[in-house]
Amino acid sequence: MSALELQSVIAPDGSAAGHDPRLCAEGLLHCYRTMLLVRAFDDVALKLQRSGRIGFSIPNKGVEACQVGAASALETTDWVFPSYRDFGVALYHGVTPTEMMHNMFGNDRDSARGRQMPVHFSFDKPIRFVSISSPLGTQIPQAVGAAYAMKLRGEKHVALVSFGDGSTSTLGFHSGMNFAGVWKAPVVFLCQNNGYAISCPVEEQTASESFAIKAKAYGMPGVRVDGNDLLAMRQATAQAVARARRGDGPTLIEAVTFRMGGHSTSDDPTRYVPKELVESWAKKDPVARFERYLASRQLWTKEQGEALYAAAVEQVNAAVREAEATPPPKLESIFTDIYASVPAHLRRQGQAAFELAARKGDAGAGAGKFPL
Amino acid sequence: MATLTMVQAVNDALKVAMRRDKGVLVFGEDVGPKGGVFLATEGLTKEFGKQRCFDTPLSEDGIVGTAIGMALNGLKPVAEIQFQDFIFPAFDQIVSEAAKFRYRSGGQYTVPMVIRTPYGGGIRGGLYHSQSGEAYFCHTPGLKVVIPSTPEDAKGLLLASIEDPDPVIFMEPKALYRTTKSEVPEGYYTTPLSTLRTARTGKDVTVFCYGAMVPVCLKAAEQAAEKGIDCLVVDLRTLLPLDEEGVLEAARQTGRVVIVHEAPRFCGFGGEISAMIAENIIEYMEAPVARVTGFDTPFPNTLEHHYMPDARRVLDAIEHVHGY
Repeated sequence: MSALELQSVIAPDGSAAGHDPRLCAEGLLHCYRTMLLVRAFDDVALKLQRSGRIGFSIPNKGVEACQVGAASALETTDWVFPSYRDFGVALYHGVTPTEMMHNMFGNDRDSARGRQMPVHFSFDKPIRFVSISSPLGTQIPQAVGAAYAMKLRGEKHVALVSFGDGSTSTLGFHSGMNFAGVWKAPVVFLCQNNGYAISCPVEEQTASESFAIKAKAYGMPGVRVDGNDLLAMRQATAQAVARARRGDGPTLIEAVTFRMGGHSTSDDPTRYVPKELVESWAKKDPVARFERYLASRQLWTKEQGEALYAAAVEQVNAAVREAEATPPPKLESIFTDIYASVPAHLRRQGQAAFELAARKGDAGAGAGKFPL
Repeated sequence: MATLTMVQAVNDALKVAMRRDKGVLVFGEDVGPKGGVFLATEGLTKEFGKQRCFDTPLSEDGIVGTAIGMALNGLKPVAEIQFQDFIFPAFDQIVSEAAKFRYRSGGQYTVPMVIRTPYGGGIRGGLYHSQSGEAYFCHTPGLKVVIPSTPEDAKGLLLASIEDPDPVIFMEPKALYRTTKSEVPEGYYTTPLSTLRTARTGKDVTVFCYGAMVPVCLKAAEQAAEKGIDCLVVDLRTLLPLDEEGVLEAARQTGRVVIVHEAPRFCGFGGEISAMIAENIIEYMEAPVARVTGFDTPFPNTLEHHYMPDARRVLDAIEHVHGY
């Protein structure tokens, strides 16, 4: 099979059509539970946003297998440079829904202390899930730099950088791919081709016959993978990771998938996605497909699946209760973490803000001094 | 002590830093075997190998983007942007990423790196080899902006910038690369960031300047002295975070202020100094603040000597505020 043919393992009926890695039951169930957790987090976040309890969310429905399959090929010593539609990678490696929910509410226990929009996570353990920004493609050369550091120190780690089809048009994609090719950096480029960049379909994004073929011009292999097939995603990522660890350089993986929801909660995809397209992809749902595979391995029944999903929803709801009860960040947090120490001009601006808040009797103002 | 030009002092600082810390890397366009277009990185690849001093593909976005990744992962990159005029493809990485990582991750991820870049006119470089873009970076919380004016400071401030835990834009006045020479201490030393340098003491007029404008202002101050006007010349050295107390103190001392920079006037750094004085110490001022700057035009080639402030224009402003 050519690298640019769509690689898959699980046939639509759930049987293993490609090479079945015969993963252990616990490994498979961890992948499955993580996909359910992504879906539960999405569902709960959407309801929170629609009821006005949080301001924003980014749905992941349809792309869970890309995230979780890729995550399952990484070690916690590897680095992840994610996009804003990748949190399944963090969940797979043990970041908790509670830590994530603190970010969704922008509260005092959010790692970024409420400074970023929801879904812009930052975690440094159990895996390096590097702080997400909104500008697209910027994380791509950063991942290459982090990988250069690994190579320089002789570590066998890799950096996985994830981005969407739209990001392949950015400056960062070109410079990141180019630098990685020249440096033979231990990077895995994961392009999740989910059909649309907000409302712009892929055929308006590129005239290239695929995204994977772009790898050729940068001197690295490119593979096209069925992104709704968890085992295919795992296999392709594992091969790319192994290649990077051997010192043979980067790989571009194009995961062909579909975003079943809007770009964000501020988006209405019915305005631009044909209904038939959604219906055709609904039949390829990555979670249902993996369930059929698990059933073929006697690891899944409908009742077990429903019970696991209910448990995932309860886990997320518990996270909501905790996050919603956590106070907002203190006023000081506006002025800290800009530099390693607070410079004089920010100290003065902060003091003025605290004094004003004290005069106006603002109960949320915080302690009114820098925690230094 | 050795007598060095500014570009030799920069080179010395890089060597000292790289000998001291294996994590310090120097890279950019033509910085490897060629040693940089101004020879600031001469000899580094030979001494430290091409793993630590190397040429990159021709992409400022890639240079800065990868430097950020290295800094996130424990290295100390010192990236060179060949001319400050070419930095704008990397603006997104500098402004959206390097400057904000600490803030947006609550300190989980930080970017201790230096971007060295020659700036300013005086070499007949026209629109794209002459600009002074400091104001773009000074408007970005999270960055530090450092501009030396002497070889000794170039070395000490560069070493301090490399040691600093936050991203530093280190702008080198290319007009001074070979035209200034001074005694430079050997080995490792740092000149603290966010501190002013009194380049000349005086009691009648305070002149604020930085980079290539410092020798211009000193020359104007000498000419003013012949006319009986005693100028205090302050080299700002670090524009962000600025030593605001030091600026206000120096302005209070004379009550008469001239601010000089090559960059265009509108929204230039001089406007900030002027506003600080107006907001904080207007009652000490004996005359309106005067600014001597580049014009609000692109940077011209043939007539660059008319665009760049010279001693004649600075002296004119000194006399104006003194006689007010």
